[in-house]
Amino acid sequence: MENSIAWIFIFPLFGSVACAILGISNRKICYPIAVLSMAGSLWAGIETLRQVLSVNDHTVSYLFGGWTLDAYPRGVGIEFHADILGILITLVVLGVGLLVSLYSKLPVEEETPGKEPLFYTLFLLQVTGLAGICLTGDAFNLYVLIEVAALTGYGLIAIGSNRAAAATFNYLILGTIGASLYLLGVGYIYIKTGTLNMVGIHDIIVAEGLADSATMQVAFVLVGVGILIKMAFFPFHAWLPNAYSNAPTTTSCLLAPVVTKVMIYVMIRMVLSVFGVEFSFESTLWTDVLPWLVVVAIVCAAVMALAQREIKRMLSYLIVAEVGYMVGGVWIYNYYGLIGSIFHVISDACMTLCLFLGAGLILRKAKTTHFDGLRGLFTKMPLTMTGFFIGGFSIIGLPPTCGFFSKWYLITGGMVSQRWEYMIVLMFSTMVMVVLFFRMIERIHLAVSESGENLGHGHGDLGLTDQQTRFDEGPLSMLIPLLLASAVVLVVGIYNQEVVSLIEVFLSDFNLPRGEGIK
Amino acid sequence: MFEDGTIINELLIERLNYFIYVVLLLIGLHAMIAKKNLIKKLIGMSIFQTAIILFYVSIGVKEGSTIPVYLPEHDPHGSHSVPSDTNETSHFDHGPVILDSSLVKGYANPLPHVLMLTAIVVGVATLGLALALCQRIYQGYGTIEEDELLAKMESREIRSKTLSVQIPKDQKLPKKDELKKEKSRSVSKSKTLSASKPKPKGKK
Repeated sequence: MENSIAWIFIFPLFGSVACAILGISNRKICYPIAVLSMAGSLWAGIETLRQVLSVNDHTVSYLFGGWTLDAYPRGVGIEFHADILGILITLVVLGVGLLVSLYSKLPVEEETPGKEPLFYTLFLLQVTGLAGICLTGDAFNLYVLIEVAALTGYGLIAIGSNRAAAATFNYLILGTIGASLYLLGVGYIYIKTGTLNMVGIHDIIVAEGLADSATMQVAFVLVGVGILIKMAFFPFHAWLPNAYSNAPTTTSCLLAPVVTKVMIYVMIRMVLSVFGVEFSFESTLWTDVLPWLVVVAIVCAAVMALAQREIKRMLSYLIVAEVGYMVGGVWIYNYYGLIGSIFHVISDACMTLCLFLGAGLILRKAKTTHFDGLRGLFTKMPLTMTGFFIGGFSIIGLPPTCGFFSKWYLITGGMVSQRWEYMIVLMFSTMVMVVLFFRMIERIHLAVSESGENLGHGHGDLGLTDQQTRFDEGPLSMLIPLLLASAVVLVVGIYNQEVVSLIEVFLSDFNLPRGEGIK
Repeated sequence: MFEDGTIINELLIERLNYFIYVVLLLIGLHAMIAKKNLIKKLIGMSIFQTAIILFYVSIGVKEGSTIPVYLPEHDPHGSHSVPSDTNETSHFDHGPVILDSSLVKGYANPLPHVLMLTAIVVGVATLGLALALCQRIYQGYGTIEEDELLAKMESREIRSKTLSVQIPKDQKLPKKDELKKEKSRSVSKSKTLSASKPKPKGKK
């Protein structure tokens, strides 16, 4: 397929329109439309990856409106630009989208009855926006797609309870500040370079030697801070836990794994491809300042996660901590740190998906995601809990899972660039996560509650009810996506060398320090 | 600092557009963060976005320039620049004109303005969504003051916690089926679907 990049967007975009129109007469039709368009989009994504790998310079461009690449500076007209990094993250987004759309049948019907057409319309537009962020080659177009993803995200969260609406309002205010700062930064870039094409901007920065220009420095700070707000980096994280923990199950399953990761992708894209390695790391102070902010971010997020008594809130704070890992991996300015960061974007999406899918099943069965509601769940739903804890072990970083390998590269990066504070804080947060998950494992295995009430054991006394509760798994339409997601966590972990070799091909274009550390 | 009035001169005359946009931006930011009323926050958001729109529009402005439609007689600079440049005249002999940099001088750059059309659309969508959210919040909590809202949310959380304590007490009832009915009644208001759920579970 020649124009497979376009097909990535055509499927979900027209799927969402179909949901909005056909859903009026028949609400049941939205679910198959969503699943089919996600499957088609994923197929187009895989096709694009094959194209990207088959081309010599590993980039495939799709130009809108019949423009060509001849003009200098590059890029009159909007370009979609797929390189290895972009298409990898797109595949992650589309894969998460497919699994969540499979999973969504029952939760959407139950939690937002009567609103299925609206939900799936927003769902597909959200995926379109996120995939667009990963593939666009135009800085202003990126802003528009960020807002497409953000606006649909607000809708998807607020479609739930009143609490969710209140949480969404804060998300909207902070999200708008972040996106607007990014837009302002793009304005400064445009003043100085006269182009909006990412490759074109980079060409001009290199050709004109704009590294010392005050305008570009301001642009860098504005774009950077805007993206940091959007990705919920620690001081700006306030919107995330409330929004994700109050959102409907399906929404949090879709947004939590991908939205923050996609924004980290945007940061990597800006740092490497747009501003360039020399500008970002050598002529700004961010390499000195950000690793220390990351230390504060990870410690605070981990401690706050430890204080939570509710699974979805705890997972939300874990996301904030993970964002710290990835930002740190970029700003320790090191080849291995960047491999770790990119790999962690992929693996964190997989394992967060696992955990949120599991949490959705727990919520459905136990009617609560409070820790006290977890007692004895392992005997009831062993498969769900296995899937959930494969995600958990990956967050901790136990070897066969992908979380181990990405964390390994992050720590290697910290060691090579002698950022001991970053290494120490990674170890600290790993220990916090061990405490978090083993505390939960203890709860779900122990039938007897702390206060001495014999909750689980009470069922055990009655032989017949025990038989019934023993295999009380969730419905298959929700269980299978969870098991697939946990299988992906293991498969990405086992085949980590293949993923890393792809990332290495991408990073080979950039001049990053590999050896004795910074400078 | 104020020798020759350079700073004032630069701020108020040469860079007035940037000065104004920064002031507006900060007013908007302050309102978004510090105001307690949700509608005031939204007004702040509008000011914030408008400041950025003004910034973009001001960078596309050029004194004495015209719209970028090729009409030499409408172009105030066209009649001066064309004869002075000999290369330019050759283009006029042929049909389609390739815009050289000297010819483009008379035109305002349309791109920033066009970009702002998109940004205005995004801003309107955001504002509309935010107002709808305000309505939802007002319907749900009866207030759009942030501190009152937080207080009401907290009190409701406490109430729902006491409810969730009651559910485990019910669980001690020996019959499983009664329990499930109890749960579905207490959790869902009008979901006929969830009421039919327990049956397939029972089969396993």
